[in-house]
Amino acid sequence: MRRSILLASALATTLALTACGSGESSGDSTAGGDASAEPSASGSLTVWVDETREAAVQAAAEAYEEESGVDVELVQKNYEDIRADFLAQVPTGEGPDITVGAHDWLGTFTTNGVVAPVELGDKAGEFEDVAVQAFTQDGQVYGLPYAIENIALIRNTELAPEAPASYDDMVAAGEKAGTKFPFLIQSDGDKGDPYTFYPFQTSFGAPVFEQNDDGSYRPELALGGENGEAFATWLAEQGEAGLLSTDITYDVAVEAFAKGRSPFIIGGPWMLEQFADLDLAIDPIPAPGDQPAQPFVGVQGFYVSAQSENALLANDFLVNYLSTEEAQTALFEAGGRPPALTAAADAASSDPIVAGFREVGADAVPMPSIPEMDAVWSFWGVTEASIFSGKADDPVKAWDKMVSDIEGALG
Amino acid sequence: MFRARYKGAVAGSGTFSGAGFAVKLVLIALVDALGVFGVLAAWRAGSWGILAATVALLVAANWVYFTKRSLPLKYILPGLAFLLVYQVYVVGYTGYVAFTNYGDGHNSTKEQAIDALLVQNERRVEGSPALPLTVVESGDGELGFAVVEDGAAEVGTAEEPLAPAPDATLDGGTVTEVPGWTVLDRPTVLQRQDEVTTLRVPVSDDAADGSVRTQDARTGYVFQPVLEYDEAADTMTDASTGVVYTPNDDGQFESADGETLPVGWRVTVGFENFATAFGDERYAGPFVKILVWTFAFAVLSVVTTFALGMFLAMVFNDPRLRGRKVYRTLMILPYAMPGFLAALLWSGMLNKSFGVINQVLLGGAAVPWLTDPWLAKLSVLGVNLWLGFPYMFLICTGALQSLPGDVYEAARIDGAGKWRTWRSITMPLLLVATAPLLISSFAFNFNNFTLIKMLTGGGPRFDDASVPLGHTDILISMVYNVSGLDGSAPRDYGLASALSIVIFVVVGVISAIAFRQTRKLEELS
Repeated sequence: MRRSILLASALATTLALTACGSGESSGDSTAGGDASAEPSASGSLTVWVDETREAAVQAAAEAYEEESGVDVELVQKNYEDIRADFLAQVPTGEGPDITVGAHDWLGTFTTNGVVAPVELGDKAGEFEDVAVQAFTQDGQVYGLPYAIENIALIRNTELAPEAPASYDDMVAAGEKAGTKFPFLIQSDGDKGDPYTFYPFQTSFGAPVFEQNDDGSYRPELALGGENGEAFATWLAEQGEAGLLSTDITYDVAVEAFAKGRSPFIIGGPWMLEQFADLDLAIDPIPAPGDQPAQPFVGVQGFYVSAQSENALLANDFLVNYLSTEEAQTALFEAGGRPPALTAAADAASSDPIVAGFREVGADAVPMPSIPEMDAVWSFWGVTEASIFSGKADDPVKAWDKMVSDIEGALG
Repeated sequence: MFRARYKGAVAGSGTFSGAGFAVKLVLIALVDALGVFGVLAAWRAGSWGILAATVALLVAANWVYFTKRSLPLKYILPGLAFLLVYQVYVVGYTGYVAFTNYGDGHNSTKEQAIDALLVQNERRVEGSPALPLTVVESGDGELGFAVVEDGAAEVGTAEEPLAPAPDATLDGGTVTEVPGWTVLDRPTVLQRQDEVTTLRVPVSDDAADGSVRTQDARTGYVFQPVLEYDEAADTMTDASTGVVYTPNDDGQFESADGETLPVGWRVTVGFENFATAFGDERYAGPFVKILVWTFAFAVLSVVTTFALGMFLAMVFNDPRLRGRKVYRTLMILPYAMPGFLAALLWSGMLNKSFGVINQVLLGGAAVPWLTDPWLAKLSVLGVNLWLGFPYMFLICTGALQSLPGDVYEAARIDGAGKWRTWRSITMPLLLVATAPLLISSFAFNFNNFTLIKMLTGGGPRFDDASVPLGHTDILISMVYNVSGLDGSAPRDYGLASALSIVIFVVVGVISAIAFRQTRKLEELS
């Protein structure tokens, strides 16, 4: 019997904890409004970060804690989980006040009403234009950008001393180098990798969505039509020539490049750690089509929860503490992504590699953040993969089916 | 202690003097204390469901442990409570979500959707300056803003538009003192941040000029609402175009010409999700294919692993074999590896161009193990056989070792051969012992998400389907894809829950039938 009582007590504890869990948020607010509370204990700020950013945010958090006497609690999350967890937890009041995130989550976040706008005011001008533009929807800014990332052509200068002028140039230089692969581009197995392949696609004049004059996207597909079909045909040709393969996954590609099996790889700054002992140069991605090859720009930033009970603290922390050159540089040093704050980016550009990526990024287009983009990804990648792997008999037909499937999914 | 209490219960005597009773009293008191704490916490949070459940469980616990008429309940109550919280509640909630449109665009309650729409559609007045701002309080406790515009101080509240305050003290561009007002210090502002961030101070008597608001209590900006919510009529009005949006049945604000506002809320939609799963041609086709494959996968997995496990168990059960212990240990190794890790390793080993299997074992052949529909299915079954046979091997070894020797002796005397003995004695007795485990193994494999996700990710994709599903997807991985949790598709928890309910029914029915069959088996033996 004693055992069953113990179990029962364990149960009650669990229940109580559950209840506490849901009681926490409102508990905070009562404490905040309580006149008898010490003025110094005026609330706390919960921030979701992933492990690469934790130390950098910690430094800014400590500075903020010191000045305002507010507790800043950093919760380390898996970056892949943040988006889904934020969407699920904010409505329950359990979510954080601030979370780190990518700008292309914005559309989903606003349709689900989980983020609040952040008024950058005059500070907006201190950031790179594309960074603020990426976090802008319908004229409102929804986050504080801190880093810009894009892919470029990474060249092993030992194997290819000169930057290729065109796509054919690159293939020729790659073949001349006598390495196993003329150039490397990753594909996530038969799921493809439309993000990395995008610059090739844009060079055929087939962007994914129609773009407005201010750089934002309209939910009207633009990847179909003649230009898209030309790209599909090109993919099939290159696949047949053995230049593109579904078996070259990220790991395979990075390892092959690190071991000098190819002079070129198309990739981002996140790969550089593995190439530490190579001499590298960063070049624009050569265009196979007749238009410039524009990669996607991704902007990393911080969002404020729409249900935050510490909105004032959250905005104050973001706009006045994380937007400083010091904080942005610390984040750059932690994550290796070029900063979004122009002053910090200029300082970081003393490194030719960072400057190289930044230069390519200047001509790039922001990744669409409209919610319709979610429906595009999986069809897009699989179709590309099936075309260049030769699984699809007719590339044009496969591309057209993809366009109609996406249109069906968009409803 | 137990015996003493039991005796007391039987005799019906009211002797509450034992040490056991004291211990019970203390423990129940602890449980009650925690329970009351839980009730209070739930009360504060306004979580009435949790509150009711806690009270009910608390009352039940006290009744069960103080009455003398419920001895069995004393043992099963904790388990029952856990079952309620972690199983029945979860199933019930999934069932509820299956009848709602919870998903992208319908993420929350109507109140939150309205809040979100309003905050998203409040725009900064173009060309308006950033105003250095100080939060002030009037004598009767009303909050206001003191701002500096063009070097001159102005003060206002929600009721009173901004008015010049020429006698205010300015320092470093912000107001530090205003006669008749108390300037709030930072801690006080933070304490009342909710009031501060919701405060709107009109710029002038004309509402069209907008109002000042602040997000950090340091700088104010002039904003103007684009959408306005009329609480009485429950409508949204676009201030710039005058279009009126009214709530529709799908949980969205809709205008007269069918245009909807982006943020919606969760509403119940009846059987719509089930109709989509079975009726929408985009889902129905793949759904049937996946259902068939799920059954084939679960049944074949159980049959192959059991056959191999039993065969090996019988071989290694033979006393003539030397070094049995070493072999047995080796056999169990795959079982000792975490399933998802093993599946990941296998997916690397089966890679068409770089995998060990093709490169080393098959001398550079390009067999599309994971990219051909039929080979992928075979690979999934093969890897699952590798992962699953040690378990079957273990339980068969155990069952074989517990079979009575006398029946074999009797069979030998009756002149039964090896095959006959196996068919009529070993097999039935083995099945009696292992059948419930086989059923649970079926249920496990029916929902073997880890293997599919890590090995093939459901691929290769159906060429003819218009939803992102593939040839090796089983129902549970289909649910995962549909729910959009990985961000590759729009989230639709309603549809995913409806599919979960279908899986629940299928597994439940099959288990019930199978257990009934097992009972027959026991009667036979």
